[in-house]
Amino acid sequence: MDAIKQNDSMAVGGRKRAMGLLARASAAELQAGWQSIEPKPDVHPVRGPETGLVMVRGRIGGGGDPFNLGEATVSRATVRLGSGEIGHGQLLGNDREKARLAAVFDALHQRPEHRQAVEQLIDAVESRIDAEDRKQAEETAATRVDFFTMVRGDN
Amino acid sequence: MYVAVKGGEAAIANAHQLLADRRRGDRSLPAISIDQIVAQLGLAVDRVMAEASLYDRELAALAVRQARGDMIEAIFILRAYRTTLPRFGMSVPVDTARMKIERRVSATYKDLPGGQLLGPTFDYTHRLLDPSLLTDEPVAEPIRKTADESSMMRVSDILAGEGLIEGDGQMPEDHVPGDLTREPLEFPLNRDLRLQALARGDEGFLLALAYSTQRGYARTHPFVGEVRIGEVEVELDIPELGFAVSLGRVQVTECQMVNQFQGSAKNPPQFTRGYGLVFGQSERKAMAMSLVDRALRAEEFGEDIVAPAQDEEFVISHSDNVQATGFVEHLKLPHYVDFQAELDLVRRMRAEYDAKFGAGRDGNVREAAE
Repeated sequence: MDAIKQNDSMAVGGRKRAMGLLARASAAELQAGWQSIEPKPDVHPVRGPETGLVMVRGRIGGGGDPFNLGEATVSRATVRLGSGEIGHGQLLGNDREKARLAAVFDALHQRPEHRQAVEQLIDAVESRIDAEDRKQAEETAATRVDFFTMVRGDN
Repeated sequence: MYVAVKGGEAAIANAHQLLADRRRGDRSLPAISIDQIVAQLGLAVDRVMAEASLYDRELAALAVRQARGDMIEAIFILRAYRTTLPRFGMSVPVDTARMKIERRVSATYKDLPGGQLLGPTFDYTHRLLDPSLLTDEPVAEPIRKTADESSMMRVSDILAGEGLIEGDGQMPEDHVPGDLTREPLEFPLNRDLRLQALARGDEGFLLALAYSTQRGYARTHPFVGEVRIGEVEVELDIPELGFAVSLGRVQVTECQMVNQFQGSAKNPPQFTRGYGLVFGQSERKAMAMSLVDRALRAEEFGEDIVAPAQDEEFVISHSDNVQATGFVEHLKLPHYVDFQAELDLVRRMRAEYDAKFGAGRDGNVREAAE
């Protein structure tokens, strides 16, 4: 029972990570990923792609109870593969084609024969984001203040 | 007598065509692109996103361009656009403790964990016009240093260790966060709803109110516990899946204002807090918001309400610049009938006045002035 639960949670963890990274992929990365998929599966739209709003919440005082900060545009899509897998794509912004492709990859991720290709795509996205984050963290680190104590006047 | 008229269709169409021409300006200059506005006028874009209450850099930049740089007009356009979109849901509350920090400073602790990170700030610049920006001179790459991987402790957590500061804001159990885009405001408000209104409030208005508290109209003895700017993850619960997924990151500015509090019958002496959270990089707005948030908590702390910044209905009813501009600017639209009615009324009152006091009075005044 526990083993099944653990497997489930690992599967959820993997899909959650994949979906989060697909949401961050650029249009070019998604297009290139799609080119690498062979043979191309049948993809049927289930919902969208469509653009709407998500109310972004913050927390009072940073860690208290939630409040509504403001909305963000979100595009989402749901697709079904010819083989039956359902994929969801959802990401910030207006780009509905990106949302549709993200949904396709989420569905393909569930097919053993395509899993590898999708993993490759999301690993590439992750490395790009990590590199961008590191660059920014290092640029920020260079602006860190190093205090030093002045010689006191009475010495 | 006033006769109803209509017209102006051709004039309006031509005016709009003229507006399009003036917006484009001199055709011998290249048109400014949306990408350029996002990249090079980023803080203008951020202000439009914050006050339109819609996070979308591309659309905010489009609005700035369409409005010829008129910020409130741009905010208005973006607000209007958001009403055309369906609401997909509410995000999991963003976790600012896990922010990807671009700037973080504290005015209360010199050596706080993570350090003082200035980031891309205007602070300590000399505010001298830079002639090198008149031309397109090359700009050096930023300096890089090894980054400290440790997490950035929130300053409020440091004071909390000693029990000398109030906790993060808690609402009563089962409280559903208010949403002013769905329900009309009813005063008095809860703090969550006030924060939503302040987050979209006009920067200039909040800045002036915040300034008024510093000048003595509701003193709050503030210190910037912390200002941090950076990206936070936005997660949305997907009901079909039964878990939350990340939609990407948004940039926010957070300000923890720490305020001295003498204590009252209700509360012991301690530090209290005002909170500011704003879309984009907008430090002035986040700081002003936190000062006004604290001032508006006067009743909660049993403080005397003596100043405009403490008056919730006054502050929140007038903080929205789209509402404000709508009502002020509508005055320039045709009021021919209203004015005709008032003109009749004043004529009648004047006739009665003249009959009572004599028509010569006006002449006397003129004589005296001469």
